[in-house]
Amino acid sequence: MSKEIIKIEDLTREFIMGAETVRALRGISFTINEGEFVTIMGSSGSGKSTLLNILGCLDQPTSGIYEIDGVKMKDLSKNQLATIRNEKIGFIFQSYNLLARTSALENVELPLFYNSKVSSEERRERAIKAIEMVGLKDRMDHTPSQLSGGQQQRVAIARSLVNNPVMILADEATGNLDTRTAYEIMSIFQELNKQGITIIFVTHEPDIATFSNRTIVLKDGNIIQDKLNQKVQSASAELAKLPKEEH
Amino acid sequence: MRLINLLKIAFKAIVLNKTRTLLTMLGIIIGVASVIAMLAIGEGSKESIRETISSMGSNMITIRPGADNRGPARGSGGDVQTLTLKDYEKIKQEATLLSYITPVVNGGGQVINGSNNWPSTIYGVNPEYLNIKVVDLQSGSMFTDAEVKSASKVALIGQTVVDNVFPDGQDPVGQMIRFDNIPFKVIGVLEEKGENTFGQDQDDVVIAPYTTVQKRILAIDYLNQIMASAISEDDAPDAVTQVTEILRSQHKLMDSDDDDFHVRSMEELISTFSSTSEMLTILLVAVASISLLIGGIGIMNIMYVSVKERTKEIGLRMAVGGKGSDILMQFLIEAILISITGGILGVILGLGATVFIEKFLNWPTSVALYSIVISFAVCAITGIFFGWYPARKASSLDPITALRYE
Ligand SMILES: Nc1ncnc2c1ncn2[C@@H]1O[C@H](COP(=O)(O)OP(=O)(O)O)[C@@H](O)[C@H]1O
Ligand SMILES: [Mg+2]
Repeated sequence: MSKEIIKIEDLTREFIMGAETVRALRGISFTINEGEFVTIMGSSGSGKSTLLNILGCLDQPTSGIYEIDGVKMKDLSKNQLATIRNEKIGFIFQSYNLLARTSALENVELPLFYNSKVSSEERRERAIKAIEMVGLKDRMDHTPSQLSGGQQQRVAIARSLVNNPVMILADEATGNLDTRTAYEIMSIFQELNKQGITIIFVTHEPDIATFSNRTIVLKDGNIIQDKLNQKVQSASAELAKLPKEEH
Repeated sequence: MRLINLLKIAFKAIVLNKTRTLLTMLGIIIGVASVIAMLAIGEGSKESIRETISSMGSNMITIRPGADNRGPARGSGGDVQTLTLKDYEKIKQEATLLSYITPVVNGGGQVINGSNNWPSTIYGVNPEYLNIKVVDLQSGSMFTDAEVKSASKVALIGQTVVDNVFPDGQDPVGQMIRFDNIPFKVIGVLEEKGENTFGQDQDDVVIAPYTTVQKRILAIDYLNQIMASAISEDDAPDAVTQVTEILRSQHKLMDSDDDDFHVRSMEELISTFSSTSEMLTILLVAVASISLLIGGIGIMNIMYVSVKERTKEIGLRMAVGGKGSDILMQFLIEAILISITGGILGVILGLGATVFIEKFLNWPTSVALYSIVISFAVCAITGIFFGWYPARKASSLDPITALRYE
């Protein structure tokens, strides 16, 4: 693969809980190249979310180096980090984190409000395009409470890709969904990956990992495995194999 | 970030959080409106008292015989006979700060016209009396100095007397009436003045030359009082001092002697009553301040609680690329919009309530500009500060900490 986009070195994250210190990440290192589709696996509490939050510039490591495109995140101001989150990263939360009582379309528009390069007409246009891409065009006026879990997850995906990010980070984006919906969403990610977007996908389901080209496994804050996937499955092909359901 | 975007976001958030918006506004509206209405009542009653008193002649100075014995109405000064025409002439001659002066003798009696009779009070004065009391005539004319000199039996009567002794509506001017069996020719009718602040009917009077009243009706050679008016309201206190000095020397009082008369200006009366209504205003201000405080605490609570609730929202906005300053601006704009709208509604409600009180409860009101400014400012500043401060705290967190906030 081509250019290195993410580099972490000896990254640690500790949480101080009263007298106790929880060591969620104990010094991990890896690099990710542009265009890779990486799944991060591991049992509950192994540090997956903690790692992804740091990669998404939502949290700061206790020690170690984190670089995007060769720039050390430690050296950036809060405002510069906000710009990176806005322009380079699309983040998908396990719990969706949509604004309540706000339409799907407006939820998708949100990141563009914070991008002064985007005019209001362009904002609307791009949001509609993103929502079309996740197959929710006929639901874009619905509020989160009027949408199913899978549909809310799609809104969150549309929001993550609306600002044309270079990477999308997803934290158990299929965790709450049935197999069929999960595969549908994986096929969207594979599609995005084909367009060149780097994807880092946290999951604890081994079948989801078969759709990525690389899997990193965490255990108790350490990397215990980091291997390339020789035989990447196509999510849309797998989807076709599933028994048809009535909807 | 573009201001227009921020305005859009803030406006959406206001509409989205209807309950919060309404509750906050309610605190502001009630705070502002109650302060305006209460101060309007206080100012209104103060003004109305001041008005009645000045309609009685705010330059007026009264000189009564006997030691100063302030208190409720003491009638004509009792039997003290220390005030005489000589005193009146001396003051008239020497006092420089007075524009008008008249001797006053008065007594009660029956006004009779044929079969109609009515108990009233007759005031014996000189023509300057009208200028001192600031009374005009409805019809007829005032008696002249010559008529005073000759002790003519002419009189002017007030509307109440007219109503009671001329019930048929005939013109009293030119008619004869009798006061305690002395015939008087009515030469004029006084302008209607109604009741004064103390509930006294100012139209229940008969006015006649003091010479006539002194000799024919009362048979006395002293005066019940002397009335005068100072050149201006500001000169009234000095005029009081001047008159006091003239009378002390006239009465040959030693330095150690107390005055055997007392001189009072309307100013003193005004300040006595103003201080009473001042008390009322202070009371109302206190009540208004408490409602402002309660309104303020309400605003503070709702803003604070709702921002805490919205910490997750702040986390999300930061996660998708909102800068701390963007989020702070959004909350500030929200708080300003809510506070200003609430403030304006509060002013409208306060003015409406004031009109209602004036129209339907018949209380005098007067809206003070300062009450609008102060209440508006206090509520708006409280609203804005407590919208901004918790948001500032939340927006300084790492996005993930704000998002995890429970
Ligand atoms: N904010 C936090 N405060 C304290 N401990 C935390 C916090 N976040 C995560 N942890 C701890 O760090 C460890 C890793 O958590 P996490 O990254 O959420 O695991 P995973 O996502 O793999 O299930 C867990 O032991 C968890 O309790
Ligand atoms: Mg997790």
